[in-house]
Amino acid sequence: MFHQRIKKYWLGVLLLSLCSNKVYAQINVFACEPEWAALTRTVGGDAVKVYSATTAQQDPHHIQARPSLIAKVRRADLLVCTGAELEAGWLPLLLRKSGNGNIQPNRPGYFIAADHIALLEKPIVLDRSLGDIHAAGNPHFHLDPYLILQIAKALTVRLTKIDPVNSDLYQQNLLNFSRNWNLAITKWEQRAQPLRGKRIVVSHNSWVYLEQWLGFIKAATLEPKPGIPPSSTHLSKVLAQLKQNPAEMILYADYQNDKSAHWLSQKTGLVTISLPFSPSDGETLIQWFDKLMNRLLRVDHEL
Amino acid sequence: MRKALFMAAITALILSSNPALADSETQTIKQQLEALKKEYQQRITALEARLLKTEQSAKQAHTKAQKIEAKLLQSSTLGTGSSGKNSFNPAISLILDGRFASFDNDPGNYELPGFTLGGEAGLNEKGLSVGHSEFIMSANVDDKFYGQMTIAIVEHEDATEVELEEVFIQTLGFGSGLTLKAGRFLSEIGYLNQQHAHAWDFVDAPLIYRGLFGNQLIDDGLQVTWIAPIDIFLKLGTELLSGNRYPAAGRHDGVGAWTTFADIGGDIGIEHSWQLGLSHWQANDIAGRENGGHAHGGGAAETPSFDGDSKINAVDLVYKWAPNGNPKNQNFKFQFEYFDRKENGKVAMLNSGPPLEVTSYDGHQKGWYAQTTYQFKPQWQAGLRYEQLDSNNQGSDADVLAEAGLDNEGHTPKRYSGVLEWLPSEFSRVRLQFNRDESYKETDNQLFLQYTMSLGSHGTHPF
Repeated sequence: MFHQRIKKYWLGVLLLSLCSNKVYAQINVFACEPEWAALTRTVGGDAVKVYSATTAQQDPHHIQARPSLIAKVRRADLLVCTGAELEAGWLPLLLRKSGNGNIQPNRPGYFIAADHIALLEKPIVLDRSLGDIHAAGNPHFHLDPYLILQIAKALTVRLTKIDPVNSDLYQQNLLNFSRNWNLAITKWEQRAQPLRGKRIVVSHNSWVYLEQWLGFIKAATLEPKPGIPPSSTHLSKVLAQLKQNPAEMILYADYQNDKSAHWLSQKTGLVTISLPFSPSDGETLIQWFDKLMNRLLRVDHEL
Repeated sequence: MRKALFMAAITALILSSNPALADSETQTIKQQLEALKKEYQQRITALEARLLKTEQSAKQAHTKAQKIEAKLLQSSTLGTGSSGKNSFNPAISLILDGRFASFDNDPGNYELPGFTLGGEAGLNEKGLSVGHSEFIMSANVDDKFYGQMTIAIVEHEDATEVELEEVFIQTLGFGSGLTLKAGRFLSEIGYLNQQHAHAWDFVDAPLIYRGLFGNQLIDDGLQVTWIAPIDIFLKLGTELLSGNRYPAAGRHDGVGAWTTFADIGGDIGIEHSWQLGLSHWQANDIAGRENGGHAHGGGAAETPSFDGDSKINAVDLVYKWAPNGNPKNQNFKFQFEYFDRKENGKVAMLNSGPPLEVTSYDGHQKGWYAQTTYQFKPQWQAGLRYEQLDSNNQGSDADVLAEAGLDNEGHTPKRYSGVLEWLPSEFSRVRLQFNRDESYKETDNQLFLQYTMSLGSHGTHPF
C-alpha cells in the first residue's frame, strides 16, 4: 500500500517535471562569439539556452560553415552575432543551409550587434590592397564596455519581442547587469588610470575600442595590412620606428600567432602582453574584463 | 564690482549737486538718494536674474546640441546600408585563373581505359594558358529567395566559350529545416562535386570524377534538402533532374535523372570535425550519350554513343583538424570518396560502317581517391593525393567495346599527386603541382603552376 503510494508520488513528480519542461521551453540562442553568448546568458538567465559557435581561442573571421554549426542554426530561435562582415565567410552560408525561417535577416530572431551602435574606423576607400578591411567599420567593438551596455539594452528589447512571457525577467536581469556593469566600469577606469597615454604596439588592428576607452596610443601594428601576416621587412620597419619613438608594450590576442611579437620583444625589450580576446567558456563578461585588466596591469597573482 | 559702481554713481550725484544746502533740503536729498539706491538695487537684481537665465539656457542648448550630434553620428554609421542606386546590386565576384602546364606525353593522346571521356574530361592545354575564369553574381531576391549565377569563360580549341555553369534560386529560411533549390546547379552527389573548380585543393578533378562525370555533375532541375532537428548534423535530400546533360543524355518529358543523398556530420571536441555522405544517382532512359571528350577532337571521327540506364552509388568522408578549432594559421584535412557505376544498354559507334557497329553493354566502373592537405604555416599549404580506378565492362562485341575505350586493357589506372600552395591572403593562391599519372599504360609526368585569384565580394568558407 505504502509502496504503491510512493510509486504514485514519483510518477506524479515525473509527469509534473515533464509538463514543466514544456511550459518553460527555453529560447535556443546561437551566438557567433563567446562575448555575445555571455551577454545573452546574463540577460536571458534560465529562459535561454545559449550555444557559442566560437571559443576565445578562435579567430571569428576564419571559421568554416561546419556541419555541427548548421545543425545548431537549424534549431535556433535567436541568433546573436557581431556583424560588420566579421562572420562574412560563414554566417550567410549557415543561414542559407539551415532552412530555418526564424533567424533570417530582418526577422526578430536575427540580432546583429553592429546594427545597434556606431562603429569606429569606417574606411573611406574600399580596396583589397588595403588588406582585409571591413566596409562597415572595425568589428571588434566588444572591447568597449559602454558599447556592451548599449547592446545589452537592445538585446533585452529583442528577447522581450521574441519571448514576451519572460519580459519581466529580462528587464530585471538587465537592470542588475547595468548596475553591476557601471560599477565595474568605474573600477576598471580607476585601475587603468596609470595606463592612460601609454604607447602600444598591436599585432592586429583588434584593440581600437580598447585603445579609445583606456586612452592608449597605437605606435605600430605588426601586420603590414589587416589580415596579412607580419613580414620580416615590415617588422624591421616597425623596429626602426620604435627605436626613434619607443612604445611601452606589445599587445596581442591569445589566439593570435605570437612569434613576431616575441621577436620584437627580444629586439626592443618591450613586454608582450597576451590578452583574452573573448570570455572563455563559462566566464561572465565582468570576470573576463577583470582578467583583461589584470593582464594589462600585469597583476599576475590575480590570474 | 557692482558695489563699486554704485558708490561711484552716488559720489557723482553728490558732487554734481549744489554744495550750499539747507537742512530741509538735505533731508529731501537724503530721501531721494534712498529712493535712487532702492531703484538701482532692483535693477541690478533684475539684471542678475536675467544673466542667470541666459546662462542656463545656453547650457541647455549646448547639451541639446551635443545630443543631436551624437544622434547624427549614430544615424550616419548605423547599419551597413549605403544610399544610391547601386546598394541593391548583387554581390559580384570574379575568379581569375591562369596556368602553366608541362606533360611528358602528348596530352592529346590521353585515355582512361575502361572509361569513356565526356563533358570537360581530358587534360589541360599544355604551355601557358588561362584556365577557368568565373563570374559569380548572387543576392537575396527578397525575404523568401536567394539567387545566384555563375558564368565560366573557357578557351576550348582556340574558341572562347561561355558556359552557364550555375544559375539557380533557393528558398531562404523556408522553415522546418527545408530548403528548395531550382535551376541549374552542382549536384550534391559525393563531396567535391558541390565545389567550384577554383575551390579544389588540386589543379585537376580526381580521375573518378573525370571518368564518370566529365569532371563535374551539373544538371537542371529541382533540389529539396531537409536538416533534422537534432544536435548532430543530418541532412537528407533529393534532386529531380532533366537528365539531358552528361553523363545522362536525351530529351525527357519529365524527370530524366534523379539523385538522393544523406550527409551526417559533427565535431569531436573543439579541434576535430567530420562528415560522412552517402549518395545515389540514377538515369533510366539515357539516349545517345556521346563520348569522345576534348582530347579526341570532333569532325567525322567515330564516336561511341550509349543508350540505356545508369546507376551510381557513392560514399564520401571528410575529416578536418585545426589547433583549438582555429584553422587560420594551421589546419589539416583528409578527404576520401568512392564511386561505383553500373550501366546497362547498348553502345554504338557513330559514323561507323555501314553497317553501324553496335554492341550490348553491361558496364561496371568504380574508383576512389584519398587526399590530405596540411596548412603548416599561415601562408603555406601542402597536399598529397592518391587515386585508383577499376572497371569490368562486358558486351556482345568485344571489338566494339575496345574501340569505344571501354576495355580496361588489363590496366589499373592510378595517379599520384603532390601540391604546394602559397596563400598570400584569403583572396589569392599560387600553387605548384606534380602528377605521376598512370591513367593509361605510358606513365605521364605532369607539372602545373597555377594562380587563382578572387576579386570582389568576400567568398564563403564551406566545410
